[in-house]
Amino acid sequence: MNDSKLETIDYSLYYGKYRALKDITIKIPENKVTALIGPSGCGKSTFLRSFNRMNDLIPGVHTEGSVLIDGEDIFKIDPVALRQNVGMVFQKPNPFPKSIFENVAYGPRVTGLKDHHKLEEIVERSLRSAALWNEVKDNLGKPGLDLSGGQQQRLCIARALAVEPTVILMDEPAASLDPIATLKIEDLIHELSANYTIVIVTHNMQQAGRVSDYTAFFYTDETRTGQLVEFSETKTLFTNPRDRRTEDYITGRFG
Amino acid sequence: MIEDRTSEIALIHRAQAQSLKKEQIRQKLWVSLMWFFGLITVAILIMVVGYVLVQGGKAISWDFLSTAPKGGISGEGGISTTVATTFYLVGLTLLVATPLGVGAAVFLIEYAGEQSLSSKFLRSVISVANFAVETLAGIPSIIFGLFGYALFVSTLKFGFSLLSAALAGACLVLPTIIRTTEEALRAVPDDYRRGSLALGATKWQTLYRIVLPAGLPGIITGIILSVGRVISETAIFYVTLGGSYRLPTSIMDGGRTLALHLYYLAMDTRAFDKAMGTGAVLVVMIILINLLIDLVSRKLTAGVRKVR
Repeated sequence: MNDSKLETIDYSLYYGKYRALKDITIKIPENKVTALIGPSGCGKSTFLRSFNRMNDLIPGVHTEGSVLIDGEDIFKIDPVALRQNVGMVFQKPNPFPKSIFENVAYGPRVTGLKDHHKLEEIVERSLRSAALWNEVKDNLGKPGLDLSGGQQQRLCIARALAVEPTVILMDEPAASLDPIATLKIEDLIHELSANYTIVIVTHNMQQAGRVSDYTAFFYTDETRTGQLVEFSETKTLFTNPRDRRTEDYITGRFG
Repeated sequence: MIEDRTSEIALIHRAQAQSLKKEQIRQKLWVSLMWFFGLITVAILIMVVGYVLVQGGKAISWDFLSTAPKGGISGEGGISTTVATTFYLVGLTLLVATPLGVGAAVFLIEYAGEQSLSSKFLRSVISVANFAVETLAGIPSIIFGLFGYALFVSTLKFGFSLLSAALAGACLVLPTIIRTTEEALRAVPDDYRRGSLALGATKWQTLYRIVLPAGLPGIITGIILSVGRVISETAIFYVTLGGSYRLPTSIMDGGRTLALHLYYLAMDTRAFDKAMGTGAVLVVMIILINLLIDLVSRKLTAGVRKVR
């Protein structure tokens, strides 16, 4: 676990005076899938958004400690540049009200690419990587919003891939999808982990077990301050948890 | 014991049935009353519009539409120059009001929120701005006219001119454009903004590539509403545009819009038939504009439905 791609050291986050995350230290390995699990309100989504500084958009947020990507402090990187390197897929599929092609081409376009041939190349490659190409190749001009929920989510993944990130954050990417669409997303995550560092928040422990190499268990008590209880290889965490709270959670005694 | 309970339930059911019958009669009464009110409203509308169209229709001919008014107590001539002046004024007013109004709304919705967090001063400026928009929307047009007369016509010496009228008219329609644009921007889901920012787009790129196109139908609705307003207002242009029935040849010339011409014909001449004819043309224009708004806003709601 020495090749850590992302790292936090004594990282805390506050919404105004309320402390949402407390002293989190974690090393997230490169080109692996890391799942963040835990009960509702334990701050796992907030923690996920820390890596691409989306929390900056929320009024009143401030942080302590450090967050590093490739050993570099992310608060010293311009958020726009950071987000080109750290892509994100949201819980609810959110394609833009544009064509499939334009959805995928959006990222490259905003970074200044105009050459249409190059764009076509990127769109095809990204859609292939997101396992969507065969379903949409004849309808690239169709609105992205006309696709099914599962296809929309894969479109959003393709859109993120088109910017050539090295990290992909996923915030419960299958929460609004049916079981078959969920399975496709999980297969995709597995494939992508060869080339990308993936951090995924999930409510679904079976999913964490299926897709992730490492799992971090977050927990919160009455104070509603989230903390990291346990982080290890997924297999270990699920079969041989060190902490009592982890065990209670994964065996379904609460949450 | 069980017998008691059964007869009790039977009693309750009977009472419920009676009450239901009464309520149904009451409902029928109220519904027919609402129908009656609704029909009266529609009848009034049809009477007014119908009267103007039928009476005015008699005065309308190709000659009437294509010749210039000649002035005088008998209201000789047609309305050609006033139609042209109306279009000039609409164009010029929107040229001033659209960038200002859309820009203000974008600032208030997209930027003001986050900036107000950092400074108390800005926060109060923004709440004053919001209050001002609210208030301006309810001010009678003649007040804008007086203001326009004092500032543009006399102080800045633009005289009775298209320029003075367009500047005063812009003040008049600004609240409408700001309001509808604000509504349109609020209707754009935050998911789009987050999705764009997460891809490494800047705030400005997000705004002009995603948010503004998504809000465009609403913004256009506001602009069309403003067109209708400029076409139908009289008081404000009476004191800023003057009353010349000649065709303005520059923005420093005065003129008459259709509505203003109608006012002059009705008050200063004996040509009541021509006033009616002008009114009919005006009504047709307003109806067309409302149909256009309907079309655009239907497109807008269709777009919103797709989002979900």
